[in-house]
Amino acid sequence: MNTPNMHLYILAAPLLSAFAVNLLGRVSRAWIGPLILAALGFSTFGALLTLLRVLRDGAYRYTVGNWQAPYGIELVIDPLSALMLLLVSSVALLATCSALKSVQNELPGREHLFFTLYMILVAGLLGLVQTGDAFNLYVLLEITAITTYGLIAMGPDRAPLASFNYIIMGSIGACFYLLGVGYLYILTGTLNMADIAGILPGLNAPAAVATAFAFLMVGLWVKMALFPLHVWLPNAYSQAPTGAGVMIAPLMTKVTVYLMIRVMFSIFSPGYEFIQHAGVQSLIVWAASLAILCASSLALAQRDLRRMLTYILVAEVAYMVGGVWLANGTGMTGAILHIVNDAMMTLCLFLAAAAILYRTGSLEFDRLHGLYRRMPLTMAAFTVGALSMIGVPPTCGFFSKWYLILGAVRAGHWEFMTALLISSLINAVLFFRILELAYFQPVAGLQATTQQGSGEAPLPMLSPLLISAIALLALGFGCGPLIENVIRLALPPGFAP
Amino acid sequence: MDQLLSEIVAKYNYWIYVVLMMIGFYAMIGKRNLVKKLLGMNIFQTAIILFYVSIGGKRGAGIPIVDKHAVMLHGVDASRILNPLPHVLMLTAIVVSVSVTGVALAIMIRIHRKFGTLEEDEILEKIGQ
Repeated sequence: MNTPNMHLYILAAPLLSAFAVNLLGRVSRAWIGPLILAALGFSTFGALLTLLRVLRDGAYRYTVGNWQAPYGIELVIDPLSALMLLLVSSVALLATCSALKSVQNELPGREHLFFTLYMILVAGLLGLVQTGDAFNLYVLLEITAITTYGLIAMGPDRAPLASFNYIIMGSIGACFYLLGVGYLYILTGTLNMADIAGILPGLNAPAAVATAFAFLMVGLWVKMALFPLHVWLPNAYSQAPTGAGVMIAPLMTKVTVYLMIRVMFSIFSPGYEFIQHAGVQSLIVWAASLAILCASSLALAQRDLRRMLTYILVAEVAYMVGGVWLANGTGMTGAILHIVNDAMMTLCLFLAAAAILYRTGSLEFDRLHGLYRRMPLTMAAFTVGALSMIGVPPTCGFFSKWYLILGAVRAGHWEFMTALLISSLINAVLFFRILELAYFQPVAGLQATTQQGSGEAPLPMLSPLLISAIALLALGFGCGPLIENVIRLALPPGFAP
Repeated sequence: MDQLLSEIVAKYNYWIYVVLMMIGFYAMIGKRNLVKKLLGMNIFQTAIILFYVSIGGKRGAGIPIVDKHAVMLHGVDASRILNPLPHVLMLTAIVVSVSVTGVALAIMIRIHRKFGTLEEDEILEKIGQ
């Protein structure tokens, strides 16, 4: 079971199943679940094999349709992209278990449409992670974006408006990215990332290269919702159908951070960003620090669990951007580790929110009273996710934050360290407030909710939640080998954790 | 002044794209009507498409269809042929822009059904109530 095309099968499985789900899902709803789970299960297994292969044999490049690079589109499978493949497919697999249940509840009769978009989104994300071509990246970015617009617009009430605002902002981001690629194409005459990287250092056009770089970065920052370009995210992610939220929230921003790392190190070089433009580098770390503080403070003002989580998500994006721009190996290790950890933490918390919503019908803070008694397992998993978000030791959130803070100290960016610490404290306040409500407050309005509001969520929603909570602990204990065997290889040459 | 003018004339395609892009950008950010926002987005995308198409152009060059036998004998004179790659890229970008517009229009229909208007202020007012 070791074929050279494994990474293409990983990509093809969700894409083909999207069509199958659309056709067979019309005939019978019973087809949808098995088809999707089989496709994503295969992808996860394949991603694991690909990661093992890359770790054993080293990175490799693959030309699709045998059109040789730099003319053909090239896929690059290196340790980082193999790790992201595994992350995307496993998070999607876990999210799907829960989504199947909640979509059945929220969008009866439209499941096949929902899951068609959903699977194309997964395929788009898997493609984004692999591609080695700057223009291909734009196309895949738009594939993921368009499917996300559709998924979010399926939500109730204000969701279409939130989705429309996301379309406007998302298109601005994508167009800026496209412009950046256009400048690079004028300068180098090629679209292959590795080829551009080979030509760029020999060019004598600092202004044009800087413009291209700025357009690419701003475009991706809009897409990943780096504060203050985040305005579309909280509405879009909190209004989306629960089943879409559990997958989009953990993956979209993380994959875009990964793309930023790709653009920074595969097209441009660390020397370009950190040495030639040291002033910009330090400015961005300052901006990220401010972003962390502002987004965390905004989270304090929210009265709805899912809305609060989206603001925390915005703050976490700034963690990773700041970590990469710290310009040392420790910070970058922290940022890459945080991509993995944050995807899992966000997944865990959104799954918990989905389970609570399924049972109680609301995520307003006032409705969370006494939840520990009613849903002990869900709340236990939520607590693990919350502790990880705060950064309490054996959970994985502690380790990535530790590396980020260590990187900030080594780089002498005390403002970033301060922002991280304050943000952790704010997270502690945020989550302990909820834990207090759910644990100590007497059950208010129990009479109204006893019929449907008691008991755990059904098993398909509960089991991925528990698995993700266990994964948070496992990632925490296993972060040493993870850094040593995978992330160390993913750093650009000359950087060490 | 003369220098500025000649600069503009010499690179007029870039100036057109910048002006169009700013118009679109203004409509996307500044307008409060959702249809105007969408039109702004289309102008914005068209500006980028024009930008790409114009960079493939060469003075006095023809379409990139060449005679096979002539090429085998004399090779290709790149200065006589337009660069087709940016044009092909823009085919993809047009497809993307059309599909985004389609999704946006579909969503707008849903918004209109729900709120009965496409003015952002009125929608927010209705949500606030």
